[in-house]
Amino acid sequence: MFPVIPNPTTEPVQPSFGEADLLRRSASNITPPATRQTEVAKLIDVSKCIGCKACQTACLEWNDLTEEIGDNVGIYENPLDLTPDTWTLMRYTEYENEQGNLEWLIRKDGCMHCEDPGCLKACPAPGAIVQYTNGIVDFVKDNCIGCGYCVKGCPFNIPRISKVDNKAYKCTLCVDRVAVGQGPACQKACPTQAIVFGTKAEMTEYAQTRIEDLKSRGYANAGLYDPPGVDGTHVMYVLQHNDRPSLYAGLADNPRISPLVETWKGLSRYTGLTAIGAFAAIGFLHHLVSGPNEVSAEDEEAAQKLAGGGRDT
Amino acid sequence: MTNSWTDIGNTDLVWIMGGNAAEAHPCGFKWVTEAKANRGARLMVVDPRFTRSAAVADHYAPIRAGSDIAFLSGVVNYLLSNDAIHHEYVRNYTNAAYIVREDFDFNEGLFSGYNEETRGYNRESWEYEMGDDGFARRDMSLRHPRCVFNLMKAHFAPYTPEMVQRVSGTPEDKFLKVCEWVASSANGEKAMTIMYALGWTQHSHGAQNIRTAAMIQLLCGNIGVPGGGVNALRGHSNVQGITDIGTLTGSLPGYLAMPTDAEPTLESHLASRHFTPLQENQTSYWQNYRKFYVSFLKSLYGDRATPENEFGYNWMPKLDTTYDALKMFDVMHKGQTTGLICQGFNPMMSIAHANKSIAALSKLKFLVSLDPIETDTVRFWENHGEYNDVDTASIQTEVFMLPVATFVEDEGSFTNSSRVVQWKWAAMAPSYDSRTDIDILADLFLRIRALYEDEGGTAPEPLMAVDWNYADPLAPTPEELLMELNGKALVDLRDAEGNITRRRGEQLASFGEMRDDGSTDGVQWIYTGVYGPGGNFAQRRENDDPSGLGVYGNWGFSWPANRRILYNRASADPSGKPWSEEKAYVYWDGSRWTGADVPDFVATSAPENGTGPFIMNPEGVSRLWARRMMAEGPFPVHYEPFESPVPNPIFPNVRGNPAARVFDGDFEVFGDAAEFPIVATTYRLVEHFHYWTKNVHMNAVIQPQFFVEMSEQLAAEKGIEPGGWVRVSSHRGSVLGKAMVTKRIKPLQIDGRTVHSVGLPLNFGPIGLTRKASPINVLTPPVADANAQTPEFKAFLVDVEPSDGPATA
Amino acid sequence: MSAEPNIPGKAVHPGNPVTVDRYSTAARINHWITALTLILLALSGMALFHPSLYFLTALFGGGELTRVIHPWLGVVLLISFSGLFLRFWRLNLWKRTDSVWLSRLRDVLTAHDENLPEVGKYNAGQKLVFWLMTVLILVLFGSGLVIWQEYFRQYVTIEQMRIGVLVHSMAAVAIICVWIVHAYAAIWVRGTISGMTRGRVTGGWAWRHHRKWLRDMVSGKSGNGK
Repeated sequence: MFPVIPNPTTEPVQPSFGEADLLRRSASNITPPATRQTEVAKLIDVSKCIGCKACQTACLEWNDLTEEIGDNVGIYENPLDLTPDTWTLMRYTEYENEQGNLEWLIRKDGCMHCEDPGCLKACPAPGAIVQYTNGIVDFVKDNCIGCGYCVKGCPFNIPRISKVDNKAYKCTLCVDRVAVGQGPACQKACPTQAIVFGTKAEMTEYAQTRIEDLKSRGYANAGLYDPPGVDGTHVMYVLQHNDRPSLYAGLADNPRISPLVETWKGLSRYTGLTAIGAFAAIGFLHHLVSGPNEVSAEDEEAAQKLAGGGRDT
Repeated sequence: MTNSWTDIGNTDLVWIMGGNAAEAHPCGFKWVTEAKANRGARLMVVDPRFTRSAAVADHYAPIRAGSDIAFLSGVVNYLLSNDAIHHEYVRNYTNAAYIVREDFDFNEGLFSGYNEETRGYNRESWEYEMGDDGFARRDMSLRHPRCVFNLMKAHFAPYTPEMVQRVSGTPEDKFLKVCEWVASSANGEKAMTIMYALGWTQHSHGAQNIRTAAMIQLLCGNIGVPGGGVNALRGHSNVQGITDIGTLTGSLPGYLAMPTDAEPTLESHLASRHFTPLQENQTSYWQNYRKFYVSFLKSLYGDRATPENEFGYNWMPKLDTTYDALKMFDVMHKGQTTGLICQGFNPMMSIAHANKSIAALSKLKFLVSLDPIETDTVRFWENHGEYNDVDTASIQTEVFMLPVATFVEDEGSFTNSSRVVQWKWAAMAPSYDSRTDIDILADLFLRIRALYEDEGGTAPEPLMAVDWNYADPLAPTPEELLMELNGKALVDLRDAEGNITRRRGEQLASFGEMRDDGSTDGVQWIYTGVYGPGGNFAQRRENDDPSGLGVYGNWGFSWPANRRILYNRASADPSGKPWSEEKAYVYWDGSRWTGADVPDFVATSAPENGTGPFIMNPEGVSRLWARRMMAEGPFPVHYEPFESPVPNPIFPNVRGNPAARVFDGDFEVFGDAAEFPIVATTYRLVEHFHYWTKNVHMNAVIQPQFFVEMSEQLAAEKGIEPGGWVRVSSHRGSVLGKAMVTKRIKPLQIDGRTVHSVGLPLNFGPIGLTRKASPINVLTPPVADANAQTPEFKAFLVDVEPSDGPATA
Repeated sequence: MSAEPNIPGKAVHPGNPVTVDRYSTAARINHWITALTLILLALSGMALFHPSLYFLTALFGGGELTRVIHPWLGVVLLISFSGLFLRFWRLNLWKRTDSVWLSRLRDVLTAHDENLPEVGKYNAGQKLVFWLMTVLILVLFGSGLVIWQEYFRQYVTIEQMRIGVLVHSMAAVAIICVWIVHAYAAIWVRGTISGMTRGRVTGGWAWRHHRKWLRDMVSGKSGNGK
């Protein structure tokens, strides 16, 4: 078992990180602080998860979210997808393995807090998405303009734009709890320690014990999901079948920021501005070199003549 | 639980069957994941559905709902025929060596003494053969043909792996893997825990399901040891508490018995409860029954209880029969009941055959509900179309609702599955006009008594005799009540030498101090010690665990005597040495019994005395052979549910449990397999708490609507679309739900035919924020276990068909 | 479209210089609405395109309003440009002489109009601008719908949105470049702007740059389109 995070004191606590600890800020050039805070991570051990949705309700409660009551459509997922009010969602997959035995793979979906966050890179609004040096990627509602670029930037299909206020929402990794020494609400609520929280190093090390245990139970491909395509994540999974993450309700096998988004945010930006600048410069130069194309007196005379010859005046 | 939640962390093998701990007990399930993660324990799940527990299991075996005894008996047979048992334990700590009477017989599925007329047994022949010395005869060599061990071998021989597959539908290889794993715990070194819940109890043979499991644990030597036990997972936070306090009509607090018509005097009641030891030097703790009973009567009637009036025994009501919930509603249905008071009870939802319940409620003059919420029951008269199609105008029942504070608005104690009594404090004052249960009941009691005083009435004496000695009679405090449960000395108590051991008025520290002469009181002997001279132990919150075995002896108070594992003397061998050094728990240190827990034994009784570890039993040993304690026989037998898709493959002439009660006319309400070929089972969902949380927004969000789980094969056969509407019908009614088509339920081959199953969650109803649904008990049969009268909710017959959904108005 | 007031034969006004009606009032309003919309679109689009231009959102009342306004401006542009399109598409049909004109781009750029074939109302460059504008506006509008998530999120996949946003940004760059050419040409070729402001150009301007059109105007052949 991973040691339980003690309850907070009842005294006010100064947040352990804030504006001064930004690693990245959307649409802004900032200089990150010289020393990075210890990176944190949430480890979701799928093999310990019983799919009870306590994390889902804890998330609703802590973040004061009100989700709509839906319908059952023949599956255990409720709601059916992440929404602006559902920042984490249990997804259930029935998988018949090679031995013909059924496995019910239950994955808690939500923001992965990528080290290389696609949402942040796509975001055009300065400061609407920030990444703290401890790895938490957070949306700053006041700066969000609701363009939905984060949706396109995210390799995990996580952000959702509210129909009510047109702002983007996703898991904050309970940034407000972590800042005062607590773990995220989902982790606190998890009855089986399928969710644990600590430093990224601790989580990576702890995951190894879980992977060993799983290997002893016949899961030869058990492993830690910390995808290198996004430089690792601050929410990691222990998967029984780490060779096939997509078994788990379509978890990305090799997530990376889409090349389309990279092109849009990289190449098209620079070539675009260059092209525009070049066109303007060429015009300017042309004018400088050749001067205006002016109508001469002869032209006017010719026109007079034509007009005069053409009809009575 | 014989053991405790925290003790599950000590196990090497977890067997979940007849329950779905991950679903219904997610917080307690934490100990399973701890055992898995810390000790590498294995988890196996046997269930009709691939459940949430199965999702994290190392092995899953399917089973047809209602065939557990065949499966478990198959395991018993495997252990016996492969000699995979804990020999020393079986020989010394069970009644395997005891010799059964010669006139005992078992034939064609029936034991000797059966009376078809009364659907009951004369159980005389199920007893031990008695020796001339007044003790039961036994053969410690286990060679006697009528010793329990040999009877057992013969009795379970038919339950071969092939037979298990034929009856239960469990593939042989999956069944054998279970057997092999169970056998791996039969050595004293490794331990297996069995976790069960209503999946075993809610059958017409529920008690025998659990008994068979207990037999397996005894054969493996897993009772009384850390990480072992037969562990009942209780549903509500305090359902253990309500059982302890004796809310079942047949029992009194502390598992004392309610007097019956046949016991007009206290002596006649006690006559059948002498529990004389059946072997030399046995404790037979129930010999103290009289002390507990008299102390109870002293609490109830105070100074009015005297030796002269048999401590008020005469004022106690005497039962003519058992009044369990099914019986109450049967009587009500016959129009013989004037009023019903439901306290935290939603019978329209929770009683079998809901249409009969609704008809019964309609015949009442009045219905009172003490509840924090508006239950479905108080609106039983309301027409909800498809979901409760009643003729409101014809119902004359007057309904009163008394709003009760919720558990967070009230202080008091909860007793959890581990038998640990824990105090909880009120987080807030009662909302609006609600009052606590205690205040309402006290007020009712005093008003009714005042009415009798003013106006007189029939037989007022029992009511007038009750001792109501509280600081504020209108508001007894939970502390006062817990002190009353605990008991106190009514005079100065003295030991044999005449020294005062307890002053008059002092709380008792242990039920060992109780006396049968009226000098002590105490409502509930098993709780004695919870509020002793040291104060309210339910409030203790020390989580130190010096042994590292998850005992937590200073957290709350575990009845009896703060003991965390029952029969824990059995964790050591007959010489008092632990079976396993790693799991050393309670052992003889040369002068006394000591260890991590409070010994379940006389602490100074040396091993040489030969006193058995099962001190409650007159034999001193546990019972593989139940003697006359079970209604349907001393050994379990596979009986089909009353609604079964096949005739009993082993004993074709027996329908259902031959000793189970069937009300007049109720054989007609059973459906048969020709019309209703599909096995249905009901269960709870983790997202909800019974019928409460359908009124809570967040719970409604995460599980909004009633559904019907079925296999892909059944859906294809019936033309049912995943997520589409489906109608489920039994011989008693029908319900509508959404089809949840899943690989987690598979059709099974039973006795040569394909049998389909459907799963029906029970948390939905006509009232609440979730989508409307019928009470699931519209479908269930009104028949119950022969011993505990627990209804058969887990195995009955239905048919399913696609539907266009509810008619839209 | 309502009939243009500059009826062929009556569009040429004597004087010194001679003036020729080039655009009706309606056409000019239509043009300037289009122009203004396009500029606003460019500004708001650029603001969301590159962080260093985000300050431009101030023109629109902040980032959020910029995000709201931009697509609606796109709708206005599409409608407005459709008006221009309907007015001018016939006059912008490609002719053989246009290819000749285009092949002599060096003469065009060095203002040797005398070496170019006589041009009707629009020269090949103008026609290219017209058709590029048409195509790019359609592309921008289409890709804009794909990424207009407030209303169209449920109809598209994320991958489609990614393609949409990339196409949109590239098309936007292209249309801005085309616009630069358009605006620069109007400035460079002196006398052009009055055609779109007062609706008239001088005869000499017409003689120099659109001689065939001038001849048609004088001779009374239809040369202004609608």
